[in-house]
Parts: sequence; C-alpha cells; structure tokens
Amino acid sequence: MLYREAGDFKKTYAEDNQTFPIKFDRWRYYAVLLVAFLVVPFMVNDYWLNAVLLPFLIYAIAAIGLNILVGYCGQVSLGTGGFMAVGAYAVYKLMTSFPEVSLFIHVILAGAITAVVGVLFGLPSLRIKGFYLAVATLAAQFFLVWLFNKVPWFYNYSASGQINAPDRTLFGQLISGPSADAWAKYMFCLVFTVVVAIVARNLTRGAQGRQWMAIRDMDIAAEIIGVDPLKAKLTAFAVSSFFIGISGALFFSIYLGAVEVGEVFGITKSFLVLFMIIIGGLGSIFGSFAGAAFLVLMPVFLKNVLVGGLGWPTDLAAHLEFMIVGALIVTFLILEPHGLAQLWRVAKEKLRLWPFPH
Amino acid sequence: MNALSPEGYVTADGRKIGGQLMEMKNITLRFGGVKAITDISFDIREGEIRAIIGPNGAGKSSMLNVISGFYVPQEGEVWFRGARRPQMKPYEVAQQGIARTFQNIALFEGMSVLDNVMTGRLNNMNANIFSQAIWKGRAEREEVLNREVVEKVIDFLEIQSIRKTPVARLPYGLKKRVELARALAAEPKLLLLDEPMAGMNVEEKEDMSRFILDVNDEFGTTIALIEHDMGVVMDLSDRVVVMDYGKKIGDGTPDEVRNNQDVIDAYLGVSHD
Repeated sequence: MLYREAGDFKKTYAEDNQTFPIKFDRWRYYAVLLVAFLVVPFMVNDYWLNAVLLPFLIYAIAAIGLNILVGYCGQVSLGTGGFMAVGAYAVYKLMTSFPEVSLFIHVILAGAITAVVGVLFGLPSLRIKGFYLAVATLAAQFFLVWLFNKVPWFYNYSASGQINAPDRTLFGQLISGPSADAWAKYMFCLVFTVVVAIVARNLTRGAQGRQWMAIRDMDIAAEIIGVDPLKAKLTAFAVSSFFIGISGALFFSIYLGAVEVGEVFGITKSFLVLFMIIIGGLGSIFGSFAGAAFLVLMPVFLKNVLVGGLGWPTDLAAHLEFMIVGALIVTFLILEPHGLAQLWRVAKEKLRLWPFPH
Repeated sequence: MNALSPEGYVTADGRKIGGQLMEMKNITLRFGGVKAITDISFDIREGEIRAIIGPNGAGKSSMLNVISGFYVPQEGEVWFRGARRPQMKPYEVAQQGIARTFQNIALFEGMSVLDNVMTGRLNNMNANIFSQAIWKGRAEREEVLNREVVEKVIDFLEIQSIRKTPVARLPYGLKKRVELARALAAEPKLLLLDEPMAGMNVEEKEDMSRFILDVNDEFGTTIALIEHDMGVVMDLSDRVVVMDYGKKIGDGTPDEVRNNQDVIDAYLGVSHD
C-alpha cells in the first residue's frame, strides 16, 4: 500500500536514474542513515561494537569491493585476504612513518596502494578466466601473506612479527588503540562504509558498471560494441582492491589493533568474504551488506542462544556453531541460489502489488 | 561484374546511393589449412543495403567477422571511409562507427533492456571514474544526454513497454529486436546484421524487415546483412554478394544475381559427370 510506484511520476531522466526510484524506499534509506548516525552512537557499548557493529561495517566494505570484481565484472578472486593484508600493512607503515598525518588520509592512501597491487595481480585476468583466474589470485593470497611474514621492514623489525596500531586522534578524539571510545571507532568506520557504498552504487549504475557487467555477461559481445576488456577488467581490479584495502586498513587499525598476518588475513578470510557475497547476492550492493550481516550475526546469535539460552558448555556450542552455520549456508544456497538480495527483490515486487494482487 | 560510377548510383526505387563507404580488397582468410575466404573483393556504398548470401559454410559470417575486426585476414586490405584500415582490435573498430548484431543473440543477460541498449552508447560516454563515483558533473550530464538518444531508439523499435525488464525474461523475437536497438544506439555509420531473421515467424520477419528499411531510410545508415531467407534478401537489398566455398560467385542487383548461372548452380546443385 505504501510501497508503490503508481502515482510517483518521473519527469526527467535524472529522476528515473536515481538509486531509489520508489519514494518509500528513499525514506526508508534516509531513516536507516539517521538511525546509524544519530541514534546508534549514543547507545553503542564495547560488546556490541566488537562483536557486531565493527565487523559488520568493515566486512561490508570488503564484500562491496569483492562484489564489484566477482559480482559485477565476473572475475573470480580468492585473494581478498591478501589484499586486506596489503591495506593493513600499508596503513601500519604510513601510521608509523608519518604520525602527524590524519588516519583518515592514511586509510585512503592504504586503499590506493592496495589498488596498485590489485591491478598487478589482475593482469593475468586478461588471458585466463574462471577457475584458472581463481587459482592465479590464490597465488596472490599466499604470496602476499608470505611476503609480510618474511620481510621484517613491513612490521618495523618488531620482535613478535606482529603489527600494533598506535593511538591516533581525529578532531581531538582518540579513534585507534585500545583506549579509544566505542562511539568514535564506530563513527569512523560508519563514514567509510556509507561513502564506499554510495561510490560503489554510483559506479555500478553508470557507464563504468555497464562496461563491467558487459564483460561479465559476454566478453566477446562487449568487445564488439566497443568495451576495451583490458581497461574494464583492470579498473574492476583497481576499484575492488581499493575498497578491500580500506577494509583491511580499518580491520587492523580500528577493529583488531594488533595483527599477525597469517592468522588474520589467511585464506579463510578470502573464503569468508566470498561466502558473504554469494549468500548476499552477486552483483548487488544490498547483497554485500546482507551477506556481511548474515555471516557476522549468525555466529553471535547462535552463541547467545546455545550458551546463554540453553546453557550448553562453550566448547560444544562453538563446534555446533560451525556445523549449524555451514548447514544453513548449504540449505540457503539450495533454496535461493541468487542470495538474500534476490529474496529482497522478490519481496519488493510482491509488495508493489500488495494488498491487491490483481 | 557490374561497373558502378564512383560517385554512386540510383536504385530501382529511386534512392540515391553514395560513394564507397567500405571496400574489401582481395581478402583471404585461413584457419590453419582451411581456407575460409579466398581472394574476395567487394564494396559497400554509403546508404546502401548490401546483402551477403550463400549456402552453409560459404564464409559469410567469417566475412562479417573480418569487417568487424574479429578475424584478421592473412591477405588483403580493408578500406573504410577512404583510408586503409590498419589492424585493429574489435573495440577500436566499434569506435570507428561499425556496429553489429550476432547470429546467436549476444545480449547481456544479467542486465535490463535499458542497460543493454545503453551499452551501445559507451563510446560516447567519456566521464572519468571520479566523476562517475560521485555521480556529478560530466557523468551525470552524459547519463541523461545518452539516455535521450537511447529513448529515441527504444521508441523507434517499439520496445518502450519492456525497457526495465531483465533481458533473460524476453522471448526470442524481442531479444533480436533489443540487440538491433543496442547496435543502433551507437549511431553507427555501418551496421552489420548477422542473420537478423533466423528462427523468426512470418510476422516477426515482417516487423524486422520494416525496421531494417526504416533504419536505412530515416537515419541513412548503411547496412550489410547476412540472411538465408531469399524472399527477404531479394526484397530488402540493393546489391547482393553471393559466396560459395569461400569464393565470390556473384555480385550485383537482386535481379542480376537471381539470373546468374553460377548462383543457381550453387543453390540448386549441379551434376558433376
């Protein structure tokens, strides 16, 4: 009833091109932003921040980045963990080398450095496709992790081989390090997540996005109508790695604070982010958020139910949690192979007609 | 062979045809030991509807692929708009103003009709990635300007009602039409159609014929097409090239070709005794 396009007339093409063409959607979007920026910061505590909010926001950035590459441009990548590590180590080197520069700028620069690395590892995509490209990016994953372990310059010759985020302030407020306030960390990540989502949406709905999707759907036809495959694929790698680098930088500097590269940015991280976009929906920005939320919230939820609700021992619950999440993923993919985003689309199409379907 | 004046000629129905838009000179294309095209020369003139016909395996599609830059011939020259075309990538050929459709539909199945047709405008969209990222300035302007061109094509081909439909949901005949729309959106100087009527029923064929004639008439687009339906070819085209086993066996107006003994032999077969 509320959710409808009838009566909402578009008078210009610009109006028809907007992200949320339906009025109700637009208001819902503003409402979510309002709550995220003005309500949550006053309610957030350390548990919620570290268990739910920060991982959700940061993984959402990584998922958006990977979705651009895999979902929009059709180039399979298993190097996400490695690229996140590049972002983390880049931001660490920048933070320690130029302490007077704002962390905000460092995070963006870390993204840019990751973009360059991503383009380098994206070069094979011009020759190889599908599973073979996946294997080539897997090489990136292992090589990068090995590199950050092997060369002491990257971890500033620290004895433990770990990197630790120093305390940094933004507008006089401490945002990194163990003593930073929950709301400040949250706001810092939220700004990045929202901007990344908007930029990703703008890129994918315009000319660049059409080039990527053309390459994904039929690369030969794309080339015949005038898409330069080299440029299209490498921009996808660059933009995707830029976002993944930002998420890696935030993951290290804001969320964890200390990182041992093999543990945090190993192959499991690559798979986790890939599962997020598959469950959320390939080729959808909303799907990236939904997938990140699903895989971040589900273990927390199960733990609360099993340990808190049923009183099971934590080790049993931890093992069962793995099994249940795995089973859920399998069931879910059988029932809806196009992910949560597709469920959302179907629901919206039904809502348009509700309650008078004829 | 017919000799035409370099300035052009006038067709039977009184349309004026201009000079050479494209000329193929002694094209030979080999795949290993197989000769797909042997020493073929012909030209396409400005404003003309030029058909390439021939039995299966004659090399028609290979010829189209040579024109669109997808195959590189071992011998021969391709001249386009009065200049010899150097070896080019397919996307560079597209940027020169040659658009095409495919025998097996090659639409982008994951995108809506509108987005598919908008891809035809990619050569006219040059906003840099930063402008696109914030959706301001040049990117926003180009999106609207090119949308206007695309909407004209959509009106022209009468596919307004399906503009927001995902292509994967469309029936075959409509997909063919959307593919034509995508090629037309590029406002090409030369439009290549690879079997535009394959697998269509009579009504759809009539619609498609009408669109082809209208495109040629209203936009003055030069069209080169491959088609198996002889009735359609003879009705639509101004001049016909006939190929068989990679060789050119006939070239001329539909009437000339129809009465050419080699062509009749190729289509009906002759006894070799």
